[in-house]
Amino acid sequence: MKRMGLGIAVATLAVALAGAASAKTLVYCSEGSPEGFDPAPFTAGTTFDASSKPIYNRLVEFVPGTSETRPGLAESWEVTEDGLEYTFHLRQGVKFHTTDFFTPTRDFNADDVIFTFERQRKKDHPWYQYTAGIAWEYFDGMSMPDLLKEIVKVDDYTVKFVLTRPEAPMVANLAMDFASIMSAEYAAKLEADGRKEMLNQQPLGTGPFKFVDYQKDAVIRYKAHEDYWRGKQAIDDLVFAITTDAAVRQQKLKAGECQVAPYPNPADIANLKADPNLDVMEQEGLNVGYLAYNTKVAPFDNAKVRKAPNMAINKQSILDAVFQGAGKIAKNPIPPTMWSYSEATEDDPYDPDAAKKMLDEAGASGLKMKVWAMPVQRPYNPNARRMAELIQADFAKVGVAAEVVSYEWGEYLNLSKAEDRDGAVLLGWTGDNGDPDNFLAVLLGCDAVGGANRAQWCNEEFDDLIQKAKIISDQAERTKLYEQAQAVFKREAPWATIAHSVVYMPMSKKVTGYNMDPLGGHAFEGVDIAE
Amino acid sequence: MIRFLLKRIGFLIPTFLGITIVAFSFIRILPGDPVLLMAGERSLTPERHAVQLKLFGFDRPIWEQYLAYLGDLLHGDLGNSIATKRPVLDEFLTLFPATIELSVCAILIAVFIGIPAGMLAAVRRGSILDQTMMGTALIGYSMPIFWWGLLLIILFSGILHWTPVSGRISLIYFFPSVTDFMLIDSLLSGQKGAFASAASHLILPSIVLATIPLAVIARQTRSAMLEVLGEDYVRTARAKGLSPARVIGLHALRNALIPVVTTIGLQVGVLLAGAILTETIFSWPGIGKWMVDSIFRRDYPAVQGGLLLIAGVIMVVNLIVDVLYGLINPRIRYV
Repeated sequence: MKRMGLGIAVATLAVALAGAASAKTLVYCSEGSPEGFDPAPFTAGTTFDASSKPIYNRLVEFVPGTSETRPGLAESWEVTEDGLEYTFHLRQGVKFHTTDFFTPTRDFNADDVIFTFERQRKKDHPWYQYTAGIAWEYFDGMSMPDLLKEIVKVDDYTVKFVLTRPEAPMVANLAMDFASIMSAEYAAKLEADGRKEMLNQQPLGTGPFKFVDYQKDAVIRYKAHEDYWRGKQAIDDLVFAITTDAAVRQQKLKAGECQVAPYPNPADIANLKADPNLDVMEQEGLNVGYLAYNTKVAPFDNAKVRKAPNMAINKQSILDAVFQGAGKIAKNPIPPTMWSYSEATEDDPYDPDAAKKMLDEAGASGLKMKVWAMPVQRPYNPNARRMAELIQADFAKVGVAAEVVSYEWGEYLNLSKAEDRDGAVLLGWTGDNGDPDNFLAVLLGCDAVGGANRAQWCNEEFDDLIQKAKIISDQAERTKLYEQAQAVFKREAPWATIAHSVVYMPMSKKVTGYNMDPLGGHAFEGVDIAE
Repeated sequence: MIRFLLKRIGFLIPTFLGITIVAFSFIRILPGDPVLLMAGERSLTPERHAVQLKLFGFDRPIWEQYLAYLGDLLHGDLGNSIATKRPVLDEFLTLFPATIELSVCAILIAVFIGIPAGMLAAVRRGSILDQTMMGTALIGYSMPIFWWGLLLIILFSGILHWTPVSGRISLIYFFPSVTDFMLIDSLLSGQKGAFASAASHLILPSIVLATIPLAVIARQTRSAMLEVLGEDYVRTARAKGLSPARVIGLHALRNALIPVVTTIGLQVGVLLAGAILTETIFSWPGIGKWMVDSIFRRDYPAVQGGLLLIAGVIMVVNLIVDVLYGLINPRIRYV
């Protein structure tokens, strides 16, 4: 009964809104359903687009369209000399959403920050397992439990994070989606009502848009937050129309049923660009696709036997055939949109003759090897099998007999980590926090051998550089170190760096102010739509 | 009849149990586990892997997991989806009405066009009409649904603008869901144009989903009719002077319907179980797509629960079909 009464009220409002000429609606044809609306337990970009981006803010945020950080709910912060203490001064006067399911009685303050992080850190926290199966994927994945010694509320608007060791990427970590700030007051109310699971179904934050409704797998509705601290958004109603097929998204965009539609089929891009009503934005994704040799197993322990095959790979053909043009050749392990990307790097030239010569000199002519190909599409590699076949053909030209092998995705991820893995593996990485450490240390550091370091590569010179860069805070200093590290990488060639995918974003010409996020998110703060 | 019903219901229990074993083991035969897939390219230390597996109870021996699962089932607990952390039963019940709505429309189209088409083809056997109809049915049966759906969208939505592209209703309508059946809810909302919008959104997906069952039913009706039309009693009825309409429409059809009803029953099962391709193309939020997504994610509880619920529905449908036999053909004695 209550539901019906509410329903009538909502329906009246909806009809009124539909009639109101000034209400601006933007429809985004999202590519999938969110797993939930509390961003911290999840990892899918689709989930973040629907939760952290519209509904929440973080202490630190990325400057739209870049991977640089700027103040968010924290106005300013200081780091002690030893890099162990981060003191954040919180912004005052920030209002949480007022919705039909909750009315806040206070502004954002330190209690909310404490709640947000302690629920993920303390195993005995009442919210640690607030629904069966909750796991704090990114909090744990970014090693926050080891890193954080304690979090201290200094006063209502000051919070101090004390680390166990210096870690410069810490600030970038706090800009990640899992660090989205929750309302401790809302959580307390839910806990008192015995409905903790609603935190994940009826979310509440400080962000530019308020959650209104979710029809599972169909539609998500948001309304602009009138008291948003960066100013009420131009868009009054934000709607996500979940449309999983790319061809159908394109049709909806053309028919005007949605104004922004991500992830077009590469084959449709030319068509979309030619449409007079549409704009197609593009940007290199913060990702890299690579072929990792196993540097622990002969003959790939010899750098020449890695450099040589690198020169045999025709990367342009791969771009054309596999990416259909939606990619850029990779010469570094980090993408061009990442700060400290070394323009000075010289890529391995495509030179099969020189490659064959080098292999002969190294005594590795007539080499037999395996090339592992992923069975699934990834952002950095739309068709690994195809890529592996092209590489196989390229290798054959220089006398290397490659066998393409594949496993089911979960198995692939698991087996490829083995230190005695037989063969070179195609894989890739998408950046989490816009910090080079997130690529270089995670994928190429000595600590990561047997884990995400699929080349099993442990090089003292490289590792020293990145470990040093991890602990100093000055970005210019860190940039120098990372540039040197990239030079070592190129010389030693544990990988063949193949490509960075290019992300295309078709949208109606009426949409203004949209910024492509190098981290692959889709955010609508600051977006407007012309009538 | 009562004895028959009780016996059949009795059979449901071991069948259901068998299905639980299949549902349980099927997904586990596939390599890879949900924890590995959630971690993706990120490194997952063996310790963390073990902790996560324990969280979901996957560290226990299979038979223990199975018995625990059965125990929960008896309490109506199908577990929580690993992806969304929400109860599997809730997820299913939220999405099922959409699939039912679409399937009902599709089966209505398939039956009300397929049976007359099959009858006509049988009566005009060998004619151009017959050959055209059966040829069309063959094409319909062989066509890739994805392609067919996309084709219709491009033609009717993209070029002609006669129908909307996808979804269940236009986005300007926002009302609470009472029954989760869009046609009913839109009427209840009282909003102007809502029902029309819901109906127009059903047109293309129903046609696409109906394509294969329509083809199958048409062909099945035709061959059943042909058989029946060759029977002695039909010749007798004609000889007695009954009008062709009465002979065909009443006597012949009724007997021809027996195998056709079986087919319809099976097709309903197929439709309910997975209008996967249609749901994906038309962004129709039903259980078919949910099942496929769950399988890809190795969301064990969702896949098991979904399989069981779908199997349950199909078993009920088949039971109804069996009962219908008796109504159509009193000659069938139930032992």
